[in-house]
Amino acid sequence: MHPVLERCLLDRREFLTTAGGGLGGLALALMLKQRGANAADAQRPGALQYPIKAKNCIFLYMAGAPSQFDLFSHKPRLNELNGKPPPAGLLDGKRFAFLQKDTAVLLGTDPSRTFAPQGKSGMVLSNLLPNLSKHADKLCLINSIYTTQFNHHPGQLVMQTGHNLQGYPAMGSWLEYGLGSGDQNFPGYVVMNSSGAFSGGETLWNSGFLPSTYSGVTFRPTGDPVLNLNVPAGFTRESERRGLDSLSRLNGIHKAQQLDPQIAARIENYELSFRMQTEAPSIVDLSGESQATLDRYGLNRADPNIEIKSERAPAPGVYKNFARHCLLARRMVEKGVRFVNIFAGSWDMHSQLNPEIPFFAGLVDQPIAALLQDLEERGLLDETLVVFASEFGRTPLGENRPGYATVTGRDHHPDSFSVFMAGGGAKGGLTYGETDEIGWSVTKDPVDIADFHATILRLFGVEHLALTYPHLGVDQRLTPLTREAKVIEALIA
Amino acid sequence: MVWMQRTCAVVLAAQSVWLGGCGDPVAARPIGAAGGGTPSGLTAGAGGGGGLATAGDAGTGGTGGAVVLPADDVPVDFFRDIQPILGDYCVRCHGGVRELGKPPLNLQSRENAAFVLGQPGFPESSLLYLKVSIDDPELRMPLGQPALPADKLNKLRRWIFQGAPWPTQWSFAPLAMVDPTSLPVSNEAWVKTPLDRFVLNRLDQAKITPSAEASKPTLIRRVSLDLVGLPPTPAEIDAFVADGAATAYETVVDRLLASPAFGERWARHWLDQARYADSDGYEKDNGRKNAWRYRDWVVDSLNKDQPFDQFTIDQLAGDLEPNATPLSRLGTGFSRNTLRNDEDGSDPEEDRTKRVLDRAATVGTAWLGLTMGCTQCHSHPYDPIKHQEFYRMYAFFDNADEVTTDVPNGTGTMPADVLTERNSNRRKTYLFKRGDFLNLDKSVELQGGTPAVLPALAVRGTIPDRLDLAKWLVDAKNPLTPRVFVNTTWYHLFGQGLVTSLEDFGSRAIYPSHPEMLDWLASSFVSNGFSRKKLLRQIVLSATYRQASVTRPDIVNDLENTLLYRQNRVRVEAEIVSDAFLAVSGLLSNKRGGPSVYPPIPPEILDITYNGIDWPTSTGEDAHRRGLYTWHQRTQLYPSLAGFDRPSASVSVTGRDRSNTPLQPLITLHDTVYVEATQAFAKRVQEGATTGLHDQVAFAFRLAVGRLPTDEESAELEKLHADAKVTFAAAPDSAKAAVGKFQPQGVSTADAAAWIATARIILNLDEFITRE
Repeated sequence: MHPVLERCLLDRREFLTTAGGGLGGLALALMLKQRGANAADAQRPGALQYPIKAKNCIFLYMAGAPSQFDLFSHKPRLNELNGKPPPAGLLDGKRFAFLQKDTAVLLGTDPSRTFAPQGKSGMVLSNLLPNLSKHADKLCLINSIYTTQFNHHPGQLVMQTGHNLQGYPAMGSWLEYGLGSGDQNFPGYVVMNSSGAFSGGETLWNSGFLPSTYSGVTFRPTGDPVLNLNVPAGFTRESERRGLDSLSRLNGIHKAQQLDPQIAARIENYELSFRMQTEAPSIVDLSGESQATLDRYGLNRADPNIEIKSERAPAPGVYKNFARHCLLARRMVEKGVRFVNIFAGSWDMHSQLNPEIPFFAGLVDQPIAALLQDLEERGLLDETLVVFASEFGRTPLGENRPGYATVTGRDHHPDSFSVFMAGGGAKGGLTYGETDEIGWSVTKDPVDIADFHATILRLFGVEHLALTYPHLGVDQRLTPLTREAKVIEALIA
Repeated sequence: MVWMQRTCAVVLAAQSVWLGGCGDPVAARPIGAAGGGTPSGLTAGAGGGGGLATAGDAGTGGTGGAVVLPADDVPVDFFRDIQPILGDYCVRCHGGVRELGKPPLNLQSRENAAFVLGQPGFPESSLLYLKVSIDDPELRMPLGQPALPADKLNKLRRWIFQGAPWPTQWSFAPLAMVDPTSLPVSNEAWVKTPLDRFVLNRLDQAKITPSAEASKPTLIRRVSLDLVGLPPTPAEIDAFVADGAATAYETVVDRLLASPAFGERWARHWLDQARYADSDGYEKDNGRKNAWRYRDWVVDSLNKDQPFDQFTIDQLAGDLEPNATPLSRLGTGFSRNTLRNDEDGSDPEEDRTKRVLDRAATVGTAWLGLTMGCTQCHSHPYDPIKHQEFYRMYAFFDNADEVTTDVPNGTGTMPADVLTERNSNRRKTYLFKRGDFLNLDKSVELQGGTPAVLPALAVRGTIPDRLDLAKWLVDAKNPLTPRVFVNTTWYHLFGQGLVTSLEDFGSRAIYPSHPEMLDWLASSFVSNGFSRKKLLRQIVLSATYRQASVTRPDIVNDLENTLLYRQNRVRVEAEIVSDAFLAVSGLLSNKRGGPSVYPPIPPEILDITYNGIDWPTSTGEDAHRRGLYTWHQRTQLYPSLAGFDRPSASVSVTGRDRSNTPLQPLITLHDTVYVEATQAFAKRVQEGATTGLHDQVAFAFRLAVGRLPTDEESAELEKLHADAKVTFAAAPDSAKAAVGKFQPQGVSTADAAAWIATARIILNLDEFITRE
């Protein structure tokens, strides 16, 4: 063996001092420093292997951003300070979408809003979530997440794709790309929108620079779940089959001449597409579900008679739709769909917060509780990660934008907000992170959205740095290239 | 501390990059398919086939046990042999965008890499060589991954032994002048244009014979799809087949290049790079009623073969030219295609800076093949463009204001969105620290400037402006613009570029498969007055282009056809799928230009975005226009085009995906637009061939794929028709529904319906949406 190599094996540290050659003083010092750090790394066991806890994800996206002060974050001091100006210096350098910094005052929650410890864990939840409260011990509640964005669309892009610009793949696309679909007859990433219009649209679930195969497939709220599932007028499933048999043979003949494997893939895709035509309708066919199940999710619920400002108002029937989508999510997970994304909103209560938020809390509370219970009863909760998240939270300050006669809502708040996970290896009954007494800033255990993403990938057994795709000369990934994302082990059961 | 300040995460990250631990054992690991899904591989290699594939090494092959590795003095080529190894095995983790916690490894130049290279001539003194060649997997790089293959280790070793030469990045070097006539070839008769000599010379070296010329029907279909984006008509095929002259093919090419449909096709490629759309993007996604003016300007530019240098100048500085006309100003619509955020509460200055950033970055992608996204925030040790240089590019656009002005259109004028230079109260440009527009480095005011790795900028006046930039891009001394343009053009004609990293001509560029040919084409392009039509003509007339695309089982060392021993079979782009359906059915409108149109769209689609989108479905011929003219709403893509990889236009795109998905059959079999085209196609077939089913099948087949069916194919379709006729005869209501309003005269409804059943299979042949 070469003497240098031999030496190297004997003593790594010594090697660095003797390898000589081109090692300058600065480089040498740098490398020595790194060796020191490396000693600790070497002791970290199992860095290359992570257990797979979650196999599927149901990601419930609360578009518009709910008020954390009405659902998860109990701030008695904020109520005491209602109407008072914020502490001096708090707003220095802050930017807001609408709020006027000079005259803004703190806004407490409505007196009807009460919080109480729930379950064995004593997790504190609001009385707007009576059903979810029964499952508090399943929830992994993060009260200390923050984002960089204070406008909806960029914020939604960050939560869904990890980046504030369009053109990046959604998390569901990344997971389908990395792990494949669990079902050969169905897309691996399905999107359902319970509420109708909201910002962002398709940019929130497309595959960005990943192949378009990994884009979320939208299930339409009514009618056929996937676009163009139905055979044209005059045709039947049988006549389509007959045609496809010919097509398969004809493509096969051509494949034998051209020897192009893409033709084989095309033939297979026609077959898969044909199977999907029955699979997709069968997933939305709820006739096999018991009435008790339907009722538990709340498919029988009428929208409550609460007036919602038009820019936030979901399409009529949203209570039924969201309940149905939660039930469909369970059915898809059973089929092996990797990632189900449900969008509900809009929670964007710049005004009328107190009268309107019961509508939206009521919209999601019962169906999500039913989903958690249903998944648990079917033994699916352990491998299904349920996520409840939004683009940001809402300010402890009341919103006083010009033109508002009274202060009845809250502005966008990126510095701290709340999300939760359940199942899929997330630690149940955990309340993670703290904010200051008025809920402005994180005071303990901050969670960057990138950390949240890295942790979710870890639950799937995936190292976030390793799930990459080359684009524009860089190995891109879900987490940012420009700052460090860390897996938060405390969130993992 | 009650009011915790959130520290800038980027700063923290940057510190950890430079001071972090060496060899963090967090590395890629393979993940098997879970739940029976298709294993995708976690890391896609640039050349396909797994995490650490290298490219640009075609013909070398792997190293089996019996292979003798070359001796230390056998020459290596830095760009072909060494740079890909450094890129794939070192820079991935230790480069600028390295995994956090790994030590930086500056591989930008020989000087910077000196400390790991050791003493040139002595591989054993090189830390780099030792780290990749050592046996101990705990020490060996890349950490936690398989060792470098023996042939690559051998190349590294030879390279260091030979003194570790590190030439200037090939893509920035002046165009090399290789005279093709100096290249020996084995078969002079095969050569049709000078570029064929480059190709054949390489094939000869690899002992591969080129493929035979494609059949005439295949060839005319190929060149028609490539140049005008439409399949040839049977009459056009007949004329070509019947033309025995040696110039028959040239006649076809010249006809296609002169067709107005040519501009419609090639504009599409440029519009992808120009991220053209009909709406703003973001939450509001407001419509841009004037955007089409720029689109039509691009079509016209191509059709009149406006030289690419002038095309460049008009787009970047049409308003600044001494002889500026309203029409030349229309070209500055290029920069008006950026996204725009008018969401309530968004910061207008922040959004303005985003648009300016995008303008600077898009010049990088579209003209220079350089990605500037990262340099918005910081510099990479290995990237040719530095952080401050990016903001010098930014400075060119910082005082370009957006205006809407009347521009002539036909006989009158119509508003168009253009740029105009702000002459008073000019903005001062500073570097954005960490890419943050609120965190300016006011120590230096920046003026427009170009990257130092490229020839110097000539400034006409006192302040460098966009006109200087545009002229610099197309200056004869700038080698990058013609290289990038020629490569992109080649990509559109072969399905892959000579440089496969279409959007990256920086230090991680994949070395060209035919570097001398790339440079020869680039310099011919310049000396031909930047004529795009001449460039296209030169390529499509070549023997290389005309080869058959059939896969060659005899060739196992170059499965990716890097050496161009055949043409490539490629699925046509989204607009061609749609246009081909409409064209063969006879429904396609040949109306050109004008405001974008709204072909039928499923109504459910429109509910998804904010406030819904106004989609006034077009009627009459506007329902059947070429896909180019379909209104492009950024947050709600037209589904049947998006299903075939029409990009969203968020950023400049040089090469599209060519996905093959199970959702595509649902479009071509079931979407109402396609169903209607199928019905019309069936009617056309029955009216066009009245001499029996066999002839009808032949006619239909030729309409669709340009060739006659084989007996076997014909028999299959005739049987399908016969079976369908039986089914429909027993179900007259179904037959009537299937036929809809496309019942031919004098034909039974069952016959007509059976023809639709047959037609939809012909139009779903893989061959129909493939350019062979």
